[in-house]
Amino acid sequence: MTFSDWIKSGSPWIWLTGSAVSTSLILVFGMLLLILSNGLGHFWPKSIVQTTWQSPQGEQLIYGVLNRDETLSAARLAEAGIMLPEGQEFETRYLFKVGNRDVFGVDFRWLIGNELGEFQFPADAALVERREWGDAIGVIQGLRQNGRSIAQGDSSYQMIEQRLQDVQQLHETLVEVQKKDIGSINYRLERLRLKERKYELDNALTASRQAELAEQRAALQEEYVELEKKMQQIAQQMEQGEVELELSDGTSHAIPLKEIVRIYHPNSMNIVNKFSFYLDKFLEFLTEDPREANTEGGIFPAIFGTVLMVMIMSILVTPFGVLAAIYLREYAKQGVFVRTIRIAVNNLAGVPSIVYGVFGLGFFVYFLGGSIDEIFFPAALPAPTLGTPGLLWSSLTLALLTVPVVIVSTEEALSRIPQALREGSYALGATQAETMRKVIVPMSMPGIMTGLILAIARAAGEVAPLMLVGVVKLAPALPFDGNFPYLHLDRKFMHLGFHIYDVGFQSPNVEAARPLVYATAFLLVAIIAVLNLTAIMLRNRLREKYQT
Amino acid sequence: MNAKVEQMPNINVNVPDSSSPSSGKVVKPEQICFEVEDLDLYYGTTKALKNIGMHIPECRVTAFIGPSGCGKSTLLRCFNRMNDLVDSCRIEGQIRLKGQDIFARNVDVAKLRQQVGMVFQKPNPFPKSIYENVAYGLRLQGIRDRRVLDETVEQSLVGAALWDEVKDRLHDSAFGLSGGQQQRLVIARAIAIQPEVLLLDEPASALDPISTLKIEELIYNLKEDYTIVIVTHNMQQAARVSDYTAFMYLGELVEFGATGELFTNPKKKNTEDYITGRYG
Repeated sequence: MTFSDWIKSGSPWIWLTGSAVSTSLILVFGMLLLILSNGLGHFWPKSIVQTTWQSPQGEQLIYGVLNRDETLSAARLAEAGIMLPEGQEFETRYLFKVGNRDVFGVDFRWLIGNELGEFQFPADAALVERREWGDAIGVIQGLRQNGRSIAQGDSSYQMIEQRLQDVQQLHETLVEVQKKDIGSINYRLERLRLKERKYELDNALTASRQAELAEQRAALQEEYVELEKKMQQIAQQMEQGEVELELSDGTSHAIPLKEIVRIYHPNSMNIVNKFSFYLDKFLEFLTEDPREANTEGGIFPAIFGTVLMVMIMSILVTPFGVLAAIYLREYAKQGVFVRTIRIAVNNLAGVPSIVYGVFGLGFFVYFLGGSIDEIFFPAALPAPTLGTPGLLWSSLTLALLTVPVVIVSTEEALSRIPQALREGSYALGATQAETMRKVIVPMSMPGIMTGLILAIARAAGEVAPLMLVGVVKLAPALPFDGNFPYLHLDRKFMHLGFHIYDVGFQSPNVEAARPLVYATAFLLVAIIAVLNLTAIMLRNRLREKYQT
Repeated sequence: MNAKVEQMPNINVNVPDSSSPSSGKVVKPEQICFEVEDLDLYYGTTKALKNIGMHIPECRVTAFIGPSGCGKSTLLRCFNRMNDLVDSCRIEGQIRLKGQDIFARNVDVAKLRQQVGMVFQKPNPFPKSIYENVAYGLRLQGIRDRRVLDETVEQSLVGAALWDEVKDRLHDSAFGLSGGQQQRLVIARAIAIQPEVLLLDEPASALDPISTLKIEELIYNLKEDYTIVIVTHNMQQAARVSDYTAFMYLGELVEFGATGELFTNPKKKNTEDYITGRYG
């Protein structure tokens, strides 16, 4: 076969198109794999290395978790001021997580391979996860209470474990009381204050009302005092001793049990232990609040915020987009004007999202929110109620961002419905409105859902505008809780996309945060996929119902 | 019995005489259903129908034949004002249904279309169940009583000779039916709301011969209760099913008369040329 025959046969075209598809697939799956391996590996318990380091001050013992290593050329190392022996061209350097930030000042250390001794993995090396100051790494000596040692060595492990469980439970109760009960009292106190202020503004603050308010306030105060007592009690119960930990420099440190999240001995764990530990950690990641400037703990508020925001956005955007599309396609007289509007709508889809963010801040937050505050919430002023970035404005801004997508796909769906079906309906004496309601809109539901799917896909991944209109690094409370009216649209919220940015680039501890960036990215992708799949399944069911 | 027709104002058309095909049945006395008078129709600036005038008799089958683009479908769509949906369409002249001008301002188009049902060239069932398709028109009229609905749906499906084929799957999607069944379903849907007139726009052109035969039988049975106007480009079909035939050419009504008469003894040369297959 000659070359020109080969060209004519069409094979090159098939190869070209096929390789375009494969390249895209490789890129996408490569990205997913990278995120998966980097993010999900983070929760696996890694062994603690014990080794010696020839420091300028002499030999030092090092306990650390090997984070990663890289091989560098002599020239590169020389630039960093490290001279290798003559003739050696490459050397590996290791990044250890040495922990004990409160003692050593750093969490992570780069150490050069030729200055390190043999790597050992002592079975009794322990990693203590603390609520503050990151991890502590060392060997557990025993348990002390009130300055007295009550257990030593290996035998203390079980006791520590038991007491730790107790303390954990107490801690959970404490957090619950703090968040739920005290939060509720604060919320009600604030409402009382607003009520009083409202009476004041209306010049209706009579003595009887004042007395009534004072009475209610006193009742809440009483409740609060009670709760505070309860909390103190719990806090006292949590004083169950301190774990004595010998660090690599030989000093002993006492860590109160109430400050410990978990203790584990990775070097003596078997595969089953490691697996259950992994699940534990992953579950914590999904369901807990973040700790330590978002570098530890979970990301539940961010997941919750993302999903809630996308749902509210969907509820806002669908009716808007569908109604607009119906008008444009079914009622408006097709002409230059409608065509111009259609082009404008298409162009809106291409406007950079940050522009929507600026618009949202200027129009929704300051103008709309500010006006609403003045009219409906004058009692709270000068503190803004809706005149500040929050969930409602974020959802609205994203709804505005995605409304062109919904309009375009709804219009397409409407235009695909055969004229014959409309005529069939008219011929049975249906008016235009009846035809729309009974035939056209139900039949275009799959198309509308496609629009919604695209809208969700775009909105869930959007970060830039949200930074202006409602997302924060750490939200004090979820936008949904047990206090009336349950859904607090005025609250600020956390978002996975922003969380990635914050943890990855605004974190004080970049090395500790790096795997979390991947894990959060994985979760964001997974959530968008789940949201999309739900919508796609819904669409397929509708398609089955209204197949043509 | 054709006397009444003769008394109506006679407009440039041969009023069908009494030689209607012998059906063997006792036929009702013939009365006028539609009177068309000086009807002109424009699409934009093109004149698509020119000075049409005719009387369509009640409870008979009237067929419109003619070459493609002669305006027969356009004329048919005037009877239930389907042309209202076309923006550029403008109509002059009158069509009276039982003496009532259907283009008058106070006419409720939806009501008119309930009186004048229509079946289209391609079967167009709604993406609903068979039952819901037939019940569609009834539900539009606000009928919610399950018993009435069930009864009417059954009667209509029986009337459209489809009941036996679908009675076990009334709640299945209408798209599961064959083309011929779908067309009969659409007819059932049209007769469920008990119109006075059925307009059939080439109802069998998309169907196979057996389905076509069934539809023709159905038309034959339906004319007892309904005035039927059928557009067809199949002259044999027109000859088989219709009592009266109108031949149209280039937007004009060339000849209108009893089917037997028109086919055996056409008065105009155009008609003769067409039915003998010299063009069309």
